Amino acid sequence: MERDDLIINDSYSVNARHSEEDGKKIRKKLYMVTVILTAITVVEIFMGVFFKRNATFTWETIKLTFIILTLVKAGYIVLIFMHLGDERKNLKYVVLLPYALFIMYLIFIGLYEGLSVQHLNSTFR
Amino acid sequence: MSGHAEAVSKEQLWSGGGSPFSISYGKMMMWYFLVSDALTFGGLLTAYGVIRHGSSDPWPVGEQVFESLPGLHGSYPLIYVALMTFILIISSVTMVLAVEAGHRMDKKGVIKWMGYTVLGGLFFLSSQAWEWSHFIHGSGGGFQISTPMSVNATDDHGQPITMNLAAGTWVHMTADVGHAYEHAIDNGGSVEVHNGNLVVHHAAHAEGHDAHAGMAAGHGDHAASAEHAAAEEIPLDLVLNKYTLEHKDGKDLRKIHVTGAEAEKLMKDMSANTLVFGANLHKNEYAVQQQYSNFFFFITGFHGFHVLQGIIINFVIWMMARRGVFERRGHYEMVEKVGLFWHFVDLVWVFVFTFYYLV
Repeated sequence: MERDDLIINDSYSVNARHSEEDGKKIRKKLYMVTVILTAITVVEIFMGVFFKRNATFTWETIKLTFIILTLVKAGYIVLIFMHLGDERKNLKYVVLLPYALFIMYLIFIGLYEGLSVQHLNSTFR
Repeated sequence: MSGHAEAVSKEQLWSGGGSPFSISYGKMMMWYFLVSDALTFGGLLTAYGVIRHGSSDPWPVGEQVFESLPGLHGSYPLIYVALMTFILIISSVTMVLAVEAGHRMDKKGVIKWMGYTVLGGLFFLSSQAWEWSHFIHGSGGGFQISTPMSVNATDDHGQPITMNLAAGTWVHMTADVGHAYEHAIDNGGSVEVHNGNLVVHHAAHAEGHDAHAGMAAGHGDHAASAEHAAAEEIPLDLVLNKYTLEHKDGKDLRKIHVTGAEAEKLMKDMSANTLVFGANLHKNEYAVQQQYSNFFFFITGFHGFHVLQGIIINFVIWMMARRGVFERRGHYEMVEKVGLFWHFVDLVWVFVFTFYYLV
C-alpha cells in the first residue's frame, strides 16, 4: 500500500515548514498561552480551596465560573496547541460542529434525566 | 502558522486531486479519531453528571477527599492534583515546542522537547499511581450506623453541638483509630470498645507488629509497654460529615468530632458489613454512593491509560527522530500527529480536573 503521507500529499506536510523568524514569533505566542493556562489553573485551585460552598458566593455561581474557565482553557489548547485555529475553516467546522451538537444534546438529556431521578428518589423514598 | 490559509477558490478546493482541507490524510484521520475519543470521554463525564444529579444523598467534596501530599501529614487541599495538572500542561507546551522545531527542520530541538514531553508524561503517570494508592488505602475508615440516635459532639470551633443522626449516617474514624483498627483486623487480631477507648487485641503471631501499630496510632508509650500486654487502648475519635460540607445557619459543619462515651455509642451501633477502609469496587469510605469511587477508578483510569499510550507513542517517535527518519523524509509531520494526541490527553484532563475535583 502506498504511504500517502510520503508520496501524494507530501506537499501539505512539506509546506508546513516555517522560517526562523516565524518560529520566534510562534514561540512567543506559545509562551504567552502557557502563562495564561497556568494562571487560570491557579485561579481555579484558589477558588476550589478558599470559596466555601454557599458561603461567599452561591455555589451555582462558582460552578458556572469553573465551567467557563475550563472552556477558555480548552479553547486555548485546541486552537493554539492543536493548531486548529490555523487550519482551513471547513476543517474547523467538520471537527467542532458535530461534536458540539452531539455533546450539548447528551448533556441536556443526561442532566434532565438525572434531575427527574432525583425528584423520584426524594418523593417516594 | 503553516501556510494553509492561502486563498483558493471553493471550486478549486473541491474539484479533486487534493485534500479540500489542505491537510494530509494522516492528520485528517487523527482529527477524526480524536473527535470519536472525545465523545467517549464526553459520554463518561456526562454519565458521572447524571448519577451525581440523580443522587439525593450528599456527594463528597473534592477538596476534602484529595487533600494529601506524599510523605506529609496535614491538610493540603487540591495541591497535589494542581501539581499534576500543571505538569500535564507543561508537557503539552514542550510537545508544541517540538512540533514548532519540526517545522524548522530542527532535529536537535525536536529530540530535546519530545524527550521532556515523555518525562512529563511519566511524572504525571507516577503521580496518578500515588493518588490511586492513596484513594484505595483511604485516611482512617468509616461505617454506617443502624439506628437513628442523637449524640453530643464538638464542632470545628470547639463548641458543643447535639447531632440528630438518621439510620445509615456515615461515621468516619480519624487516622489514629482507623489505622489501628485496620491493622488489627489485617493481622488476625480483634478489637472491642471499652470506656471510650478502642481496645486492640493483637493476634499472638503478630506481636512483632505491636511497635508498628503503636507508632501508627501515635502512642509510643503504649507500644513500649506492649511487651507484657498484647492489648492496646486508643481513645475513640470519630468524625461526622468528613467529606461533605453542609451549611447550617452559615456554619461550616465539616468536622464534627465525637469522642468518649458518645463515640462508643456510635461504634456499638455499627451496621453490619458497612465497615470500610479506603475504597474498592464494592465499598468506599468517601460516600454513600459507590458510583463515586467507581467513576473515579474508571474515568481517571481510562485517562491514565491514554497517558500511557501517549508516552509509548511519543517514545517511539522520539527514537525515530533520533535516528533521522523524519529528516530523510523531509518533514516532521509525524511529530505533529502524535502532538495532536498528546494535546488531546491534556484537554481531557482539563475537563476531568474540573468535573471530578473542583465542581
